[in-house]
Amino acid sequence: MPTNPVVTDIKQVTIRFSGDSGDGMQLSGTLFSTLSAIFGNEIATFPDFPAEIRAPQGSLHGVSGFQVRIGAKDVYNSGDKTDVLVAMNPAALKVNAQFLKKGSVVLFDSDSFQKKDLEKALFQTPDPFAELNLDYVQPIGVNITTLTKASLEGSELENKAILRSKNMFALGIVCRLFSRPLEIADKLLEQKFSKKPVLVKANIKALTDGYNYGDNTELSASTYRIEPIESSKGFYTDVNGNTATAYGLIAAAEKAGVQLFLGSYPITPATDVLQELSKRKDFGVKALQMEDEIAGITSSIGASFAGCLAATSTSGPGLSLKSEALGLAVMTELPLVVIDVQRSGPSTGMPTKSEQSDLNQALYGRNGESPLVVMAAASPTDCFESAFEASKIALEHMTPVVLLTDGYIANGSSAWKIPDMNDYPNIIPPYVQDKYNGNTDEWKPYFRDEETLVRYWSAAGTPGYMHRIGGLEKDRLTGVISSNPDNHQMMVDIRKAKIEKIAGYIPEQEVTGDKNADTLIVGWGGTYGHLLEASLRLSASEKKVAYTHFRHISPLPRNTYDLLKKYKKVIVAEQNDGQFAAYLGGKFQDLDNIHKYNRVEGQPFKVSALIEEFTKIMEEK
Amino acid sequence: MEATEIKTTEIKDQKYQPKDYKSENAVRWCPGCGDYAILNSLHKAMAELNIEPHMIAVVSGIGCSSRLPYYMNTYGFHSIHGRAAAIATGVKVANPELSVWVATGDGDSLAIGGNHFIHAIRRNVDINVLLFNNKIYGLTKGQYSPTSDRGFVSKSSPYGTVEDPFRPAELAFGARATFFARTIDVDIKRQSDVMVEAARHQGTSVVEVLQNCVIFNDGIHDRISDRNWKEDNTVILSHGEKMIFGKEENKGIVLDGWNLKAVTIGEDGYTLDNVLVHDATAKDNTLHMKLALMDIADGLPVALGVIRNVNEPTYEREYEKQIEEVQKKTQKKSFTEFLLNSSNIWEVK
Repeated sequence: MPTNPVVTDIKQVTIRFSGDSGDGMQLSGTLFSTLSAIFGNEIATFPDFPAEIRAPQGSLHGVSGFQVRIGAKDVYNSGDKTDVLVAMNPAALKVNAQFLKKGSVVLFDSDSFQKKDLEKALFQTPDPFAELNLDYVQPIGVNITTLTKASLEGSELENKAILRSKNMFALGIVCRLFSRPLEIADKLLEQKFSKKPVLVKANIKALTDGYNYGDNTELSASTYRIEPIESSKGFYTDVNGNTATAYGLIAAAEKAGVQLFLGSYPITPATDVLQELSKRKDFGVKALQMEDEIAGITSSIGASFAGCLAATSTSGPGLSLKSEALGLAVMTELPLVVIDVQRSGPSTGMPTKSEQSDLNQALYGRNGESPLVVMAAASPTDCFESAFEASKIALEHMTPVVLLTDGYIANGSSAWKIPDMNDYPNIIPPYVQDKYNGNTDEWKPYFRDEETLVRYWSAAGTPGYMHRIGGLEKDRLTGVISSNPDNHQMMVDIRKAKIEKIAGYIPEQEVTGDKNADTLIVGWGGTYGHLLEASLRLSASEKKVAYTHFRHISPLPRNTYDLLKKYKKVIVAEQNDGQFAAYLGGKFQDLDNIHKYNRVEGQPFKVSALIEEFTKIMEEK
Repeated sequence: MEATEIKTTEIKDQKYQPKDYKSENAVRWCPGCGDYAILNSLHKAMAELNIEPHMIAVVSGIGCSSRLPYYMNTYGFHSIHGRAAAIATGVKVANPELSVWVATGDGDSLAIGGNHFIHAIRRNVDINVLLFNNKIYGLTKGQYSPTSDRGFVSKSSPYGTVEDPFRPAELAFGARATFFARTIDVDIKRQSDVMVEAARHQGTSVVEVLQNCVIFNDGIHDRISDRNWKEDNTVILSHGEKMIFGKEENKGIVLDGWNLKAVTIGEDGYTLDNVLVHDATAKDNTLHMKLALMDIADGLPVALGVIRNVNEPTYEREYEKQIEEVQKKTQKKSFTEFLLNSSNIWEVK
């Protein structure tokens, strides 16, 4: 261990807290990222945990991690590799060794690195660092368990609870490494355990003792100092993607002046949306945990029929179950927001791992010609904007909208400037009574707005506009069931045109980067942060690269074709086998410049790999 | 458009007639189908209830029964197979002032939609489920259904089924139904009265309608509906009244140990005093279950009328109540104000 600690001023640093599923690593990580955000840093987080709730203690598949990248600015993603790894046991070290780089600090609990612990993690020798060939890292062993016990001796906590506070002692040491003021952490703990003052006291004690321990022993090869930055003025909070999605729906319902309804069924990693909206009875939100995925969407369709902003939240396997009902929403032309927090598939796949492989399902996963709106959110905070806009489109254009987020942005968080809702557009649903003003004789259920082709919304309970809808094909005016061939062709065309017309109501696609670029990097959804950083770093190394990121997938922004055709090479990068690239290729068949970069690993992109692969593609003839 | 602002069901000046609930659509069931009588009963019941047509939503799934909403001059939703109960739950919770009805069949609600059927009942959401039970798949032309008897020969069971049927009452009571009634399609008067009672009951009301499919399962309920037999083969249950039946009105249901028994009053030592009095409001559903499962094969008449009718909190009202309680504790605020008052807030000056 070096004897002269160095204080390093750096722009960004990545820290991974790692231990058993029950070690409280998610809490340590969340507290550290929140307090860093409050301190004035940019943050991006990545909770990386197993599907098992409590796997056998010390085992490799029970390792739970929380990665956070903090920086003075330009933190676009949670980072490829880690500068500091907190390993509460040997399994955590083994699983995360792949993320370590030269000079990484590894803070480990030496009490948990005994013979039996090493055996549980399948180490063969007494020196795990040597066994993993980690001669390029800086290991710092601290007997965290012993010190935590000593710290909390005489407290009101039971022995088990004392041991659980190890995570706070470790967090204290990390706070010292990064010169984080403890007052913020104390306040966060007070909020977190507001109903259990004993825990607040004990946690703060362990945290403080950990900090002081680090201070007194000048423990570390490297102490990092990341200065706060000047953000734009205003109030901030940190938010993860699922919460931001829930907030976007609430904000949209408020703008539109309608009741918000969610029908849902618990599924990883989408459950938080249901949980957050269940809390929001203060806004009168009706969030129903239904008996299955199908009841989740169908109850929402019922609520939409009765005049609510209706939504349903799910992940890939759940979307499969909702397919038939989604077709019903297309056919009945009712507003509906479907949140698909994508995870690895097919089938149950890897529930806690992120992917972008539901795009085809969202676009095509229904019987018949069944067009609808598909959108994708780019980042945790963008989930708010996207959910708001998805709701606006659903309500104003009387259509189901599938909003794709993913496990990475759903669980990841970043600092979020609290929006002023006055800056957001109004949402004006096409109410039948606004159009016909009581002249019910002039109205038929499938009369449409000439401009948007949207049929009017006559919610159940509206006097005078009683009508029948359903899954059967309808006469294009009266809504009476019809299997007339000409009528069906016309209805197929109208439903398609109605969705295409939405392109006139969404922004044009924008490009960032080099104006004279000959290569365009294309992304969509939760890969935004990684692709942006890759494109910026390529530009910085004098590569002629531009970047565009799609929120609107169906319909595409109206300038999409003109934009793509300008470049010599278009590289579509996705966490699937090329679904968006194929979609673009199918839409614009004369484009011959589309290249693909695909990784389906259940892990976020690595910026370093992106740069390497993009460079290769650019250099190809 | 906030759902809670809509006021309804107060007595209006207008007195609605059955025809006010009929849509202009031509009814397209087979001639002689039992559904016609059910539809007429429903029009009649709605007139009796005098609900404004725009405050009624009729939701259905798929099947012959599920065409019913097209023939109603109300809000109607002909949805997808099996899902009517879940859609109706959404409609009712969204706007509890609406009178919400489900038209469904034995295939729709007891096979593909079994899960939604039992969970709607369990939640006790205030919807009225008209379960048309003809023990056959009609719209797909004659396959056995989940209520077909063991051994039933149909197009998909040419050698007879090798499975036992659901008995709808058993399923409903298993899901803790607060209201269960049974009617015969052709008995418009009594059926309409039962529908009125179902509508007035707060919570999920299940009305099993023994319906005749004239094409694929004609006569399946004959022993109950045929005028020659029905008085001896059925007992009309009426809350607070003795369970008496038979052409001569001289038979009654008595308790025999744990079981029910049909007796002739004045024979074998049984008097009128021995005959059970129907209590539809008993919280314990044991006797209701026994009554609902009475079967001609066991020498017992089939029970018709309202078998169970108890008051329990309804899902949508409890939900509204919870919202009110939470809102009483927290001041009303805009979305931005809410965020500014939440934890983990910091200001950049």
